[in-house]
Amino acid sequence: MSTSELTRHPTYGLLDRPAPVSTRLLRSELRLVFRRRRNLAILGVLACAPLLLGIAIKIGGGGDGEGGGPAFIGQITRNGLFLAFTSLVVTLPLFLPLAVSVVSGESVAGEASAGTLRSLLVVPVGRTRLLLVKYAGIVAFGLAAAAVVGAMGVLVGLLLFPTGPVTLLSGSTISFGAALVRVLLVVLYVAAMLAGIAAIGLFISTLTEVPLAAMAATAITVVVVAILDSVPQISSIHPYLFVQWWFSFGDLIRDPVVYGPMVHGLVVHAVYVAVFGSLAWARLTTKDVSG
Amino acid sequence: MTDTVPSPVTERGPAPVVAPPTPALATRRLTKRFRGGQVAVDGVDLMVPHGSVYGFLGPNGSGKTTTIRMLLGLIAPTSGEHDLLGRRMPGAAADVLPRVGALVEGPAFYPYLSGWDNLARIDAADRTVDPATSRARIGIALERVGLSAAARKRYRNYSLGMRQRLGLAAALLRPRDLLVLDEPTNGLDPQGTREVRALIRELAAEGATVFLSSHLLSEIEQVCSHVGVMSRGRLVAQGTLRDLRDVAAPRVRVVTGQPAQAMAVLTALGLAAPEARDGQVLATLDGVPSERVTAALVRAGIGVRELVVERPDLEDVFVSLTGEGFDVDQ
Repeated sequence: MSTSELTRHPTYGLLDRPAPVSTRLLRSELRLVFRRRRNLAILGVLACAPLLLGIAIKIGGGGDGEGGGPAFIGQITRNGLFLAFTSLVVTLPLFLPLAVSVVSGESVAGEASAGTLRSLLVVPVGRTRLLLVKYAGIVAFGLAAAAVVGAMGVLVGLLLFPTGPVTLLSGSTISFGAALVRVLLVVLYVAAMLAGIAAIGLFISTLTEVPLAAMAATAITVVVVAILDSVPQISSIHPYLFVQWWFSFGDLIRDPVVYGPMVHGLVVHAVYVAVFGSLAWARLTTKDVSG
Repeated sequence: MTDTVPSPVTERGPAPVVAPPTPALATRRLTKRFRGGQVAVDGVDLMVPHGSVYGFLGPNGSGKTTTIRMLLGLIAPTSGEHDLLGRRMPGAAADVLPRVGALVEGPAFYPYLSGWDNLARIDAADRTVDPATSRARIGIALERVGLSAAARKRYRNYSLGMRQRLGLAAALLRPRDLLVLDEPTNGLDPQGTREVRALIRELAAEGATVFLSSHLLSEIEQVCSHVGVMSRGRLVAQGTLRDLRDVAAPRVRVVTGQPAQAMAVLTALGLAAPEARDGQVLATLDGVPSERVTAALVRAGIGVRELVVERPDLEDVFVSLTGEGFDVDQ
């Protein structure tokens, strides 16, 4: 019997019962996100940030904290590991949110505009499942983006600056290994911040079939919130703005670590994810897919 | 049929002889009214018998694609209900849709992925298939539509015909009981159209019910056993091909040197609306056997050069049901 005849058997390739849990779609989504050239280009650009920063500080002699800027910059010339922290501080206000805006804005709107949304829905992929998988893809990209910046920061820092035990901002010294763990924790915290933006972007992405519009709207939302966060007259609402909690990870570079603000930040972000995730779900599960 | 708004054709109902107990696809008063009040699909009662090849015909804009989107659960009907493979939709979507292969409103794929990777993406989304057979099934699906050679090419670089073929391949990734194909021959050259027709015959022979839409009767006439005709959101005719042909009455055409006398004879026989032109006389038979016409003409001493009974071809019926011209139905 030829393969062709075999595959025409009425049960060829079918499972006896549908897989209760299947990670195939999730893996497929991750491949889609991480094989896409545009997304790889974004990660590439982000990888350049620590490099440029490191070279600039090396050439400029690192200013001993006089030139303003983040408090860590002066530390970099003493220990290369600080380049990782500084790179994350520099990229978090704009580059990282922009990267996540692009991928999250694309998520559902991109599928809708290409028509692949209907192809997936008739497979069928449940709309809730699709939304979860899409969100997981964006969060993974956010984590990868933060990790790329952190890892390149460590790498370039090791190449250009002294290493060894790290003297923290609070004055105490921890081993290099322990400091690497701190870098990892900072990366995870930054990724959690990006997961909040991801939820907003995912929701906006369910509203339109024009990916570019969703990307722009998400990025603008982040900028508007950042502006609101800088207006002192409305400081009463600041604790509820996600931007407020971005830089709480500075507490991870002190000893002992102060967890309060970071926990608060994570809770605020969890609320954002719940609210915008629900909105996205409500929208996608009732949407007429006619694109 | 319990049609409350009888139209000349739907009143006749679907072919009762071939209808098995459970149709592969059935709708009752399926209706879609868009925001703004436009009624795209208006009380459609489809009945697609199990094992049939059902041609869903209608001009562009007559509501075919909107109907198909409702059938597959992509959009919610305003009112009415429908069953796929005997199960009520959209409730049974998770159970039924895996058994339904669909091509909706043309192919839709990721432009930056290859044909193969696009099918792998669709296959990964299906929880009812065995991942171990994924490669084999993708390979065979591509082979069946003649795309094996272009499997690794990016979709972006596919021609319209190749895209259409990939869309069909996606519907063939696993065995199906029902195929819903929206304009499957769109963008194909005559050779490609023939291949798709052959593929449809093959699928039907394997036992699948095929529901295919087209705005071109000629493209699907040869493969269909049943036809439904849409016009302005309504199903204006449905039944077997033969049913549809019978909608228009057969006519007799007489070529003769004495048209005036022939007219008189035909009128005397009770044939409706005879007309003469260019030495020919045309009349609707109205149930009068053509033998009687021949005999009467001969008895009257009229020299008959040629006498032909013309069954209107399906195209004529189609046009008479849907109207002619370039106006897109609103």
